[in-house]
Amino acid sequence: MSSQDIPEENLPAQQSAGDDGHGHGAVSVPDDKHPFADPGLPPHEHRIQDVDERAAKRSERTVALMFTVSMLATVAFIAAFVAIPVDKSVYIFPLGHISALNFALGLTLGIALFCIGAGAVHWARTLMSDVEIADERHPIEAGPDTREKVFADFKQGAKESALGRRKLIRNTMFGALTLVPLSGVVLLRDLGPLPEDKLRHTLWSRGKLLVNMNTNEPLRPSDVAVGSLTFAKPEGLEEHDHEFQNEIAKAALMIVRIQPEDIKDKRELEWSHEGIVAYSKICTHVGCPISLYEQQTHHVLCPCHQSTFDLSDGARVIFGPAGHALPQLRIGVNDEGYLEALGDFDEPVGPAFWERG
Amino acid sequence: MSTAQTRRKAPAGERVADWADGRLGIYSLAKANMRKIFPDHWSFMLGEICLYSFIIIILTGVYLTLFFHPSMNEVEYHGSYVPLQGQLMSEAFASTLDISFDVRGGLLIRQIHHWAAIIFLAGMFVHMMRVFFTGAFRKPREINWLFGFLLFVLGMFTGFTGYSLPDDLLSGTGVRFTQGAILSVPIVGTYISMFLFGGEFPGTDFVARFYSIHILLLPGIMLGLVVGHLILVFYHKHTQFAGPGRTNKNVVGMPLLPVYMAKAGGFFFLVFGVIAAIAGIATVNPIWVLGPYRPDQVSTGAQPDWYMGFAEGLVRAMPGWEINLWGHTLVLGVFIPLVLFGLFLAIIALYPFIESWVTGDKREHHILDRPRNAPTRTAFGVAWVTGYMIMLIGGGNDIVATHFHLSINAVTWFVRIGFFAGPVIAFIITKRICLGLQRRDKEKVLHGRETGIIKRLPHGEFIEVHEPLSQEQMYTLTAHEQYKPAEIGPTVDENGVERKVKGSEKLRAKLSDAYFGEGAQIPKPTAEEHREITSGHGHH
Repeated sequence: MSSQDIPEENLPAQQSAGDDGHGHGAVSVPDDKHPFADPGLPPHEHRIQDVDERAAKRSERTVALMFTVSMLATVAFIAAFVAIPVDKSVYIFPLGHISALNFALGLTLGIALFCIGAGAVHWARTLMSDVEIADERHPIEAGPDTREKVFADFKQGAKESALGRRKLIRNTMFGALTLVPLSGVVLLRDLGPLPEDKLRHTLWSRGKLLVNMNTNEPLRPSDVAVGSLTFAKPEGLEEHDHEFQNEIAKAALMIVRIQPEDIKDKRELEWSHEGIVAYSKICTHVGCPISLYEQQTHHVLCPCHQSTFDLSDGARVIFGPAGHALPQLRIGVNDEGYLEALGDFDEPVGPAFWERG
Repeated sequence: MSTAQTRRKAPAGERVADWADGRLGIYSLAKANMRKIFPDHWSFMLGEICLYSFIIIILTGVYLTLFFHPSMNEVEYHGSYVPLQGQLMSEAFASTLDISFDVRGGLLIRQIHHWAAIIFLAGMFVHMMRVFFTGAFRKPREINWLFGFLLFVLGMFTGFTGYSLPDDLLSGTGVRFTQGAILSVPIVGTYISMFLFGGEFPGTDFVARFYSIHILLLPGIMLGLVVGHLILVFYHKHTQFAGPGRTNKNVVGMPLLPVYMAKAGGFFFLVFGVIAAIAGIATVNPIWVLGPYRPDQVSTGAQPDWYMGFAEGLVRAMPGWEINLWGHTLVLGVFIPLVLFGLFLAIIALYPFIESWVTGDKREHHILDRPRNAPTRTAFGVAWVTGYMIMLIGGGNDIVATHFHLSINAVTWFVRIGFFAGPVIAFIITKRICLGLQRRDKEKVLHGRETGIIKRLPHGEFIEVHEPLSQEQMYTLTAHEQYKPAEIGPTVDENGVERKVKGSEKLRAKLSDAYFGEGAQIPKPTAEEHREITSGHGHH
């Protein structure tokens, strides 16, 4: 990646006009050879405040007014904080009903801060000198002397340390420094358990009743109407349970009833009960809960990334970024007429992962 | 000491300064910097917006930590927000409700914090584009470009870990998406997920862990980078646009004390004031409307904060590819977007090094390019932004579909095709526009400005009067440099022996030709051209 092989003439000449006498500040007269020569910094143009003291006074008063408004706004902020109840809401067009305190505090604080800024900027623009000044730049690179000195110093230091000569010290030191961070890595081990087969199992098992998520009652086939989408959880899982969030993240179920003759997938029909099918509610893309059901087509749509599954055809993916069909739960009816699971899902629910297979 | 002779004491301020200088050496620091010159241009304040919003975020963030409980213990809510009373939720969510409804001014600080984060990221994006399109990233500023880039990336993740803390339904969905994306990583994905969440999703650990990442780890690194970024800005001195009296060896502008002290200091208050007013007026992230997180519930129209929209778009647009082999699953449908996310950002980070390799230019550059005068770079930048924006649209494909009554499938297909076609089209169009503008500049230099005044000549011909440009304008329009394309050079050495031309050399010659070859830039007007036209006083 060296540029040594780039001929110098391909680089444009250093663009500073300094070399032909048109350095900054020096106004040069364009001639035939240099029609576009740098004329140098333009002369300073006076502002009205520079020449008219009355205008300058006006600016001074404007700046002072801003600072005064800021002071008043701070007083108003404190007053609002004390006077307005925290739960009071007001109707403000076009914002609607909003917290009165938040609105008042935001505006007063905003004004208090903004006016300080506006005052300072106006002061700088109208009253402080606006004469442009040129500063020299110096190359970032050090000169050759400094470079030589640094290299010599380094060589000297390296030689005095004898690091290059005493290989035993060097090698053992590198060894020690390489190993010591391993302790830190090992300490991270207990951040979490190993995956094992945790992602392969859910709370579902043979005989577990399907409990309606909303009513908390076990479902009967008659509760599931054509065209409706019912969410269910396994019996025994309650909101107050310590493991509720983790378990519902895998066990959440989606139940619909489809006319058996409309079910295109053979296995789906086998695993259904009178056209009632139960699928995992957790999208196989990245795990959002699926919640939108189109009753005419039996399509369900994940609202997060729009993966669309056909529930009448094995929940296969018909659009979107999901990679495989939703897992189906095999269901039946127990002696008392309640819907029950006939086992766990036979594949992991939710997003795919390396060990999924 | 001479105090014996002069009984008069120095003013108190001077004595304090002397005291400090004796211990800190502030005088040499002040000598170099107190009257440091800063050039003026509106685009130079974009970086200031970022700096100030960063400070505002830190100030408000410290306040929020006084009230926020980073815990996922389940509690029943009994606070003053009636609709959620009796609901089960994590302490994190409950304490965010308390901040919003029971702490006076808590809602305002929360909103300022969130708005400032949104503005911080937007500011960094625009600031980065300013630096890119004006070539301010060139030597000696490549490292500072990387600092800035890292700040942008870290800012994204700090934002993400921050808005995930309240453990509300929307952010929880975002965390779930992140966990699903982590699972897609081959071989180690499942392990990373288990270690990050302390077990299965969602577990009871991630809020506390995100909290320390959000308030300590990432901002700590960012603060260091910000300080380094500013030190380098001071050390390199600011870039400036070409103009009369402005060269590569000077910096023209106004001094830090008093002008920039007042302007920049004042600007901090302007930014803070505007954000405070926005926070008072516009609600951002109303977690009380969303409710606490439940892994089996979701709201429609779920959107991340804007800076994560690009990643969201990649994930939404990607087809669901999955390969199952030898008992393992390669989740390309999620993993490719994850990799692309990094690669797409990395391209812009590495661009300065690519360009300097193509030009072979090792000189310092302190004069900014006008975007038109670097057509290939500008076209590349616009192509990159186009790709980014198309994925931003993709990240909101459901919102686009519902607002404009379009089919979600059509929007997704538009994004899929647009991500590849859009940047190409943008590149071609931008390059043409740049060349057109270069032609117009040349035209103006040679023929002057069109005045719109029509004159009738004695023989009846109508002409438009062109007014010659001032010397200042002519200099400004011709001050830019133009590279010649690099050539491979003779393939036979002086002894007539054929030399092997490396592949990289050929590639560079090709790229250099694309950058600076025929048709890639309009040659600047020369002194001869100018003389010919001005001496003839012709109008054609």
